[in-house]
Order: sequence, then C-alpha cells, then structure tokens
Amino acid sequence: MYCYDHYDQAIVDARVDEFRDQVKRRLAGELSEDQFKPLRLMNGLYLQLHAYMLRVAIPYGTLSSAQMRMLATIARKYDRDYGHFTTRQNIQYNWIKLSDAPDILADLASVEMHAIQTSGNCIRNISSDQFAGAAADEVTDPRPWAELLRQWSSFHPEFSYLPRKFKIAVIASEQDRAAMRLHDIGIRIIERDGTLGAQIYVGGGMGRTPMIAPLIKDFVPLDDLLSYIEACLRVYNRYGRRDNIYKARIKILIHELGADEFARQVEAEFAHVKTLDLDPPRAEFERIAAQFALPSLVPKALAAPNVASDYADPAFTQWLTQNTHPHKVPGHAIVTISLKPLGGIPGDASSSQIDVMADLAQRYSFDELRVTHTQNIVLPHVAASDLRAVYDALVAAGLASSNVDLISDIIACPGLDYCSLANARSIPVAQKIAARFADTARQRDLGELKLKISGCINACGHHHAGHIGILGVDRKGTENYQLSLGGSGAEDVSLAKITGPGFDEDGIVDAVTRVTDLYLEVRDPGERFLDTYRRVGMDPFKEVLYG
Amino acid sequence: MDNQPTSLADFIVSDAKAVRLEPGDDARALLPHLARLALVEIAFPTFRDGRGYSAARILREAGYGGGLRAAGDVLVDQIVYLRRCGFDSFAPNVPLDPAVMDGALARYPAVYQRAADGVDPVWKLRHG
Repeated sequence: MYCYDHYDQAIVDARVDEFRDQVKRRLAGELSEDQFKPLRLMNGLYLQLHAYMLRVAIPYGTLSSAQMRMLATIARKYDRDYGHFTTRQNIQYNWIKLSDAPDILADLASVEMHAIQTSGNCIRNISSDQFAGAAADEVTDPRPWAELLRQWSSFHPEFSYLPRKFKIAVIASEQDRAAMRLHDIGIRIIERDGTLGAQIYVGGGMGRTPMIAPLIKDFVPLDDLLSYIEACLRVYNRYGRRDNIYKARIKILIHELGADEFARQVEAEFAHVKTLDLDPPRAEFERIAAQFALPSLVPKALAAPNVASDYADPAFTQWLTQNTHPHKVPGHAIVTISLKPLGGIPGDASSSQIDVMADLAQRYSFDELRVTHTQNIVLPHVAASDLRAVYDALVAAGLASSNVDLISDIIACPGLDYCSLANARSIPVAQKIAARFADTARQRDLGELKLKISGCINACGHHHAGHIGILGVDRKGTENYQLSLGGSGAEDVSLAKITGPGFDEDGIVDAVTRVTDLYLEVRDPGERFLDTYRRVGMDPFKEVLYG
Repeated sequence: MDNQPTSLADFIVSDAKAVRLEPGDDARALLPHLARLALVEIAFPTFRDGRGYSAARILREAGYGGGLRAAGDVLVDQIVYLRRCGFDSFAPNVPLDPAVMDGALARYPAVYQRAADGVDPVWKLRHG
C-alpha cells in the first residue's frame, strides 16, 4: 500500500489548514454560500436534505486497517455510528456538522486520508479494480498508475474548474470489475509484444445521458500516460460545454465532435504537451510500485478440507462459493464481505462492523482492505486455511451474507431518504426486493444477477449498468419506478433498455419477480439472466410485464 | 492608451499591445502576435468557468513573457491556481483581502504537477 512521504503529508495537512480557514470565513459570513459551495464541494462536503454529508476519498478503493478503524472512529465521534460505502469506492457520512468538518479532515490526515476532490467540477477520486494486486487475471497491478494519477490530479491548477465532474478508472485485467468504460476516462493497461501500455477510453458515463466510452487511443506507452491524459483534459476544459449543466460532461463533447475528431484534437495537444516534461521519471513509478508489492504470501497447496467441520456446513460452503475469488497465489483467496444483509441498507456498515473488518484485515489479509463499486468490502489476501476463522468472525458481526453478485447484492443510491437531488426512495425498494428473494436457494438458482437502483436520473445507483435496473422518478407527486433490462458494467458492457411504463413501489417488486420467473422458464443451460435477455430480446419480458 | 486591452477581433486587425480574451476565445489565435503583446487580460465572468486557466498556460507554454491578468470574478481561493497557470496580476470585481491572499499563497508547501510557474513538482524533488 502507498504510504505518504513528508511531501504528501505536508500537502494534506495544508489542505486541512486551508479548509479550517474557509469554514471559519463561512461561519463568520465573509464567504457567501455561493462562494463557499465550490470550496466545500472540493472537500467532499455536500448540503443534503437533513444535514451536511461528507464524502471521504478512498483512493482506488484501497485502505489499511488503521485507516479503516479511523473511518469507524469518525462514524462514532461525529456521525450516528455508521457510514455508507459508495459506488465510487468511497465512504459517506450523512449527519455531519459543518463546524466539525475541519476536525474530521484533521483526523483523516492523521492516517493519510482526506476528502480532496471527492466532489466538485474537478478530477475525482481515481477508481480501480477491487481485486488489483491479487487477481489471477491481471497483467500488472493498476494501482501504482492510479496513485500517479491521484498525485497528478490533486490540486491540478488548470483542471479544478472543469465544465463538470471528471471520473477516471484504471484497470489491468480483461475482466472489468470497475465499470471502466462508464467513466469519463477509462484506462485499461494491456501487454503487447512484451510491453505494457494503456488503452484509453473517453466519454463514458451514466447520468441522464448514459454512454459507453469509445476507444480513443489503442496503445499509449506508460511513460506518456500523464501527458496523454493531460491533453485529453485540456481539450475538454477548453471545449466542453458550459452553457448547460446537463450537457457539460465530456461524453457530450465526444458525442458532438465524434470520437475520431476528439482523438485528433487530443493527438495534436499531446504532441505539444509531451514537450513540457510533465511525466514523472520511471524512478517515481518504481518508488510507488514498490509500495504495492504483493505481500509475501507463501504458496501452498489448498488445505485439505476438514470435512466434518467445514464442508458439512452448507452455510460456510455457500459463502465460500459466492464470496471468495481465486487469488494469484495458490492456496489463497480474495474474500468479498457483503454489505447487503437482508433488511439492511446497501453499503452501510456500523462503526463496530467497520472495526471488525479492520481487525480481520490486520490478522488475515496483510493489513489491507478494498472497497468495491458494488458497495462491498474486500479482504484481498486471505490464506485458504484462515477462511473458516474469517467466516466465523463475519457471522458473529452480521457480515456473512453469502450473496455476492446474486440478486440481493443490490447497488442502491441513498435516494430520497438522504439525497437532495433524489425523486424517489431507493433503499426501501432494495429492501423489499431482497426480502422477496430472501430464499437463498432461489437466489442461487437465479445465479449472477446484478440489480441496481437509482433514486433519480443522475444514476448514482448505476441502473443503466444493471442486468436489471430500476430508476425512481417522480410522477405527479408519486414515486414511480421504471424497469430496465440488459445493462452491464463489466467487460461485456452495455446499457440497459427501459421495458415500458413504470410501477409503484410494490409493483416494481412484482415486476422483478415476473422477469426473473420468465428467465427461469426460458433460459438455456448455463445462461445468466443477462445472456438470456440478450438471446431472446425484450419482447417476451414485455409480454410478462404488460401483456 | 496602448495598454487598454482590446477585444481579440480588434487586436488581430490592429497594432494594439494589449488584448482581452473572453472565455470562448482561442488563446492560440494570439500565438503569431506574441512579440508585440505587453498585456493579455483574461476574463472570468464567473469563477466557475475555468477556460481561462488553459488559455493562460497555452500562452506561457508558447513563451509569452508579458503581463497576464485575470479579471472579473476572481476570488482568493482561486489565486493559487491562477498563479500556477501563469497569471501575474489580478483585477477582481471585489477587492481581495491582502492578508487572506498572502495566507493562501503561502499555504501549500509543494505541488504535485508541473504548471506554468516553473515550480518543480514533488516527483522532481524526490528524484532530482
């Protein structure tokens, strides 16, 4: 994991000092709310329906046990004893006092954390593959590049007042666990002829105009990566639309210019930018990469299962099947801790649960945790022989739901329960759907099924990328839920299509039941819900919904 | 009156030495004329419109060494970024508090990326 040196620490400390000054000026009335708003937003502080909400950056979703414990401390000390892990691999606190915010940032800085650029029209927290560094299918660990991008984008003087927010994801696997092509810039590191380079996808995003990012450049040598991204940002900063907030994202610029013309402009800018000596030397990359070195896991043959205590326990077996993934080192596993218990709020964890996860990471996962964009937590490096102990501890903490990638592993935005932008509630719908499918055998039978719920058109709940997507809208003062099918944020990326007229809260739960029943009826062997939808098309689903 | 900035359109067809760029103007249109320029004023009708930062860097990167002024909705919290992009004077709509401005300019001990101010980024400090 990356550790701050004295430069990093001094910069983050200065940020705390600066924000303390800004809050003081705001509370003294020297700054108007209009002037203060962009400043607080660049520190992740939103004014929501009931209180301030603070979004803390978890760069590329990676954090240590000590950092995780600090997240629990903040929940306990300044909030209502819980936090909400988000689709941006961050954590949000929903009940923050403005006057406490500088102290919270100081507490975060004490463990090398911050809330810099988690909001505002700037380059946001860089996201990445939650299995980075552990995945069996990666060509390299993408996080050193994400860290270089984090540093480059922090307080970038030219790109802090962009037309709109800007999200960058970096992955290095064929499998896309980060919804890479649904970012403003998606970077996939690939290997070609023995050399690593980056494929650059630009102009993806969800929101009210969802788009899949087209490939802008097939292979950028990694020594040119920052210059190339700088060139992309400069073209966007100069020509992105500023007349209409809903058309200000880079996806609209690319849609209007065409991907080829955008690529041509970036190429011309890059030819100039590359002369400016913006790319750090290899030594800097190596300094960072050394800190992400794989822990010294001892490869071992898979421990022989203790049949009496382990495989005779169907709940444990089910958890192993659903919540662990292959590790690049034999005899180890990547564990995903589901934050989607029946009746819970997707992505929420209490401070004591956060502490439990921190303790497990310290004891069993080389001190490391990850946050996933699906609002779960990962222990990336667990020895197979420790899985039972991890599972038992999770059971005791109410964290052992065995539903990763199943229908109850729902992504949901905070919705109208918290968010000032929302038109409809998301959380109760997620809870009702999870309750409808509470029978775990039924969930397993349905297989991989990614259900995502947004409470407004801004699509924080990724409904466009859901195998089943649900969008809450306001229809004449009543919450109404539109159903869409066939989306994917993975390597088979696609945008979900709306089925037809929406449903009320109970109606949408019935609608999900009807489409999943149809899937069970017509699927071919081995087909996921998404595969069946792609094979049979929308019509049969419309028929069971509206026929 | 030489230093009273003219619009980009007027500047191109005159021998004026000062020009005012609006956010939508292309700073690169000035590149053939840098030798005669003494002042470029870049307008910020609202601080939220960040096009002027790119305009400033483009001019500095092209070797422009004359005056570069940010005018309009220029707030103390943007001063550091403006300076880093090459601005050397400011004409804010509302006067800035000098003490607050000094505090802002002195606050950050290091920067993460190269810009137009010639300050070495931390990677340069780390590796020489």
